[in-house]
Amino acid sequence: MQFNQIMVRYGEMALKGKNRHKFEQKLQSNLTHKLKRYPATRLKKTRDRMYVMLNGEDPYKVMETCQEVFGIQSLSFAVRTEQDEDKIKEAALFAFNEADNAKTFKISAKRTDKTFPVGSQEMNQRLGGYILKNTEDVTVDVHNPDVEITVEIRQDAVYITSKKYPGAGGLPVGTTGKTLLLLSGGIDSPVAGYLAMKRGVEVEAIHFHSPPYTSERAKQKVMDLAQEMTRFGIKLKVHIIPFTNIQQKIHQEMPEGYSMTIMRRLMLRISEAVAKEQDILSMTTGESLGQVASQTMESMSAINDVTNYPVIRPLVAMDKLDIISISQQIGTYDISIRPYEDCCTVFVPKSPKTRPSKEKAQYYEAAVDFSEDIKQAVEQREIIKLKLQTETKTENEFEDLF
Amino acid sequence: MIYLDNSATTKPFPEVVQSFQKVAEQYYANPSSIHRFGSEAERLLLQSKKQAAQLLKVSPEEVIFTSGGTEGNNIAIKGIALEHQNRGKHIITSQIEHPSVIQACGALESLGFEVTYLPVTETGSVRIDDIKASIRPDTILISIMSVNNELGTVQPIGEIGHVVKQYPKIFFHVDHVQGLGKVDIDFYDCGIDLCTMSGHKIHGLNGTGALFVKKGTTLFPLHHGGGQEGAYRAGTENLAGNVSFVKALRMIMEQKQTAVKKLETLNQRLRERLAAIPYVIINSPTDAAAHIVNISVPGFKPEVIIHALGENDIYISTMSACSSKRSDESAVLAACRLREDRTTSALRVSMSFENTQEDVDTFVSELKKVLMELNKVMG
Repeated sequence: MQFNQIMVRYGEMALKGKNRHKFEQKLQSNLTHKLKRYPATRLKKTRDRMYVMLNGEDPYKVMETCQEVFGIQSLSFAVRTEQDEDKIKEAALFAFNEADNAKTFKISAKRTDKTFPVGSQEMNQRLGGYILKNTEDVTVDVHNPDVEITVEIRQDAVYITSKKYPGAGGLPVGTTGKTLLLLSGGIDSPVAGYLAMKRGVEVEAIHFHSPPYTSERAKQKVMDLAQEMTRFGIKLKVHIIPFTNIQQKIHQEMPEGYSMTIMRRLMLRISEAVAKEQDILSMTTGESLGQVASQTMESMSAINDVTNYPVIRPLVAMDKLDIISISQQIGTYDISIRPYEDCCTVFVPKSPKTRPSKEKAQYYEAAVDFSEDIKQAVEQREIIKLKLQTETKTENEFEDLF
Repeated sequence: MIYLDNSATTKPFPEVVQSFQKVAEQYYANPSSIHRFGSEAERLLLQSKKQAAQLLKVSPEEVIFTSGGTEGNNIAIKGIALEHQNRGKHIITSQIEHPSVIQACGALESLGFEVTYLPVTETGSVRIDDIKASIRPDTILISIMSVNNELGTVQPIGEIGHVVKQYPKIFFHVDHVQGLGKVDIDFYDCGIDLCTMSGHKIHGLNGTGALFVKKGTTLFPLHHGGGQEGAYRAGTENLAGNVSFVKALRMIMEQKQTAVKKLETLNQRLRERLAAIPYVIINSPTDAAAHIVNISVPGFKPEVIIHALGENDIYISTMSACSSKRSDESAVLAACRLREDRTTSALRVSMSFENTQEDVDTFVSELKKVLMELNKVMG
């Protein structure tokens, strides 16, 4: 016997009243994209659930993939069997055994098809008895069971589900608007993007590239990070901004102590211009309070001064260790720690002002006109569209060599 | 030509040579160079590590590219001993390991380490009880090969690993040079911390290979330098060699099932034919790895037979005598406590799945002829 489907429950989004239809559609399409690497699978939607038909694909691999999709509360493997009491019993026992170390259980039978001769209550008892007879040290606990086996007797077939696997939670990506993520190559920004995605936000990324001060490898690193994030976001557009001229200009013409603040202000202004063009309504950064000089309250205020777009900072109140642990979990950590310089580390002043004021920043900037540089940077940007890799084999330009 | 010395070196697959050539010509930059060309080489290096890891079912950072079996064994054994000597200075290995293990252990003895060389059964097997009995509080390493290079005896690696697992302080090293592609070993399941592999035994090129170092295992490096290979093996990477090793690994893994079946058929045929020659005694146990058949021809000098067969373009080998006290005796067979007339007259026939039944038949009939001839003179 084997599991032939996975039942998908979507928790929070079920509450969202009128939007519900849109949410379900988005979840369905995201899930379909994720399941492309298991070509035999099919997705079926019912009123308040979705079912992934496995059609022979490895149940555990498909489960792992489904667990990366936002908007899913929990999942269970399910067995589909005929309306035959012995077969149902066998399936219920199989479903129970799937839950390792479960010592207590509960059967919840539901008879949608009233022509089936055994009632729900009677069925609960018969199946419970069968499991007790065929296991050791296992008891029934209807209040706090380790595993609840649900048995749904329908006209077409009987569905038996086993233990619950946690889903990724959150909301389906693409249901709550779009944001532009400032992606640097460090540990924080991918995590910030991930958390935004978890709240259903579709993410585009913007990266500031300053050749020859920053290398091809630094850019490749950002692309690798963005590629990794498509595991959750399905697709991701990266805007690479040529930033060399602006950085040189700041370095030459702005006071050293304020160069960091002014560089960030310019990044935000460029980001706003890109967002405007792309109909994106917010920006997201990986800033976390107190981490480095640029991330003090004063600094945040001085930088934020240039835009009235909302700047989402999902990490603002998080500890570094918690951020690292998420980045390890989502697979971006190992990429982030590659040791290449990024645009923020090359021109770093010896002693940046930790408490810059926006008035002073405005004053210094007033002496030089950056607007033409900003316009050019936006116009000359390179746009790279990334998609979730659907093949099981990792894309490999060196394929023929191996 | 009939080549039956595949445990010494195999013929490289043409695809492996092509890969080597292509990488050597096109990606000759140093992967540590920061320019774009260097970064391309670096990406290729990372990719080859990823592929190797996938084939071996381990993580990429657990694969260290080496120059082959001897280097892998030395990095593993000396590396563990030097790094963890404060914990203890006792090492357990067997009497029939490859010289690169025996000699490395011997060198450590001269530095104050103690080494237990386990005896083996008549067919070259290590006994689990012997291992259990030799473990001491100061034991830091157990090193046992998966398949013996002279006899083909398959050691109970899974069972040994199970024993070692109960001693979290002891590292378990497996010399898998002869077993790779022939005997299945799950590194994690068997509790292996270090595992040596070599390219030229799997139709790869000489000078290529890999060492598996389980995450969390620390080693004292033998080569210090630019921090390559996780600082376990400094020195500019042999990128072309590494890529060609992965190619060989892939090809050997893909063909494993059919290859092993074929080797088993050849093995059976060879044994049947050899059994019919009166002077020949088969030393390899019947459950040995199928590619190696070790025989003794008491009363005959093995070198003479090798040379006589060589005249007919047939190549087999004598024992590797390097670790023996006597230059004409096989240390492995001596450890199996075989009689002297057998230990001094041993020959090794080692096949590849590329050999044919005709190869086997021709070899046996030529061997018979040679023995008859020699018998007139020597017998």
